[in-house]
Amino acid sequence: MDTAGVRCEMKNNRLIITLEGDLDHHGAKYIRDEIDKAIFLFRPMSALLDLSSVSFMDSSGLGLILGRYTRMKETGGILKIVNPSKEIQKILCLAGLEKYIPIIKNQETLTKKS
Amino acid sequence: MKSKTLNKIDIKIPALSQNESLARQILCSFASQLDPTVEEIGDLRVIISEAVTNCVVHAYRLASTPGYIYISAELFENRSVKIRIRDTGCGIEDIEKCMQPFYTTDPAGERGGMGFPIMKELSDKFKVASILKKGTTITLYKKFGA
Repeated sequence: MDTAGVRCEMKNNRLIITLEGDLDHHGAKYIRDEIDKAIFLFRPMSALLDLSSVSFMDSSGLGLILGRYTRMKETGGILKIVNPSKEIQKILCLAGLEKYIPIIKNQETLTKKS
Repeated sequence: MKSKTLNKIDIKIPALSQNESLARQILCSFASQLDPTVEEIGDLRVIISEAVTNCVVHAYRLASTPGYIYISAELFENRSVKIRIRDTGCGIEDIEKCMQPFYTTDPAGERGGMGFPIMKELSDKFKVASILKKGTTITLYKKFGA
């Protein structure tokens, strides 16, 4: 089994959230709690959700992303998705999330200011 | 004319969240005998995950202990797979509502409300049968190389 993992760090005034493994219902609660703790602690105006190392995502992942998008929006911040795989992008598009949440496909952007 | 069955499995697993990944792995390994593309097996992985997660999250929410998920899968000569995922839980009151995008009976759990719409979109045939307090059965077909 590919256990889900999460790492949160502030870089260039942005919260970089790096997820890995399977983003399903089983792992979603732990990840959600960790991200919410970081949002509460750092109060970022911008957060990047790096999905480069996420091997699988279903609608539980959609719920998690939508929830974090809403949380950031409530505090005046923005959330962007970085480097989803082709399979994950398909799920994001099926739900129409790309209309609300910008998707960045180049990992280089994590170290540049945009 | 019905295509010839090549292989068939039946499994029974407790409705526990740690078994969501297990179900995906077993059924995708089984379906790999039909030599699907990466995209096709990716679609199947999502469909299975949605169906099994529904059993874990919703079916036994009123029960004191989690029940079981009964899964059968059949491979056919025409490169299609039929998967049936059944629970004996609380059943679904309004299937039509559950088919609507972003409808969820568990808003506090931050469920996406996209389970059924995604399963329907990624399957070639998709059917839900449910009886209150008896359980729910999801039957789907996925044809590879379509």
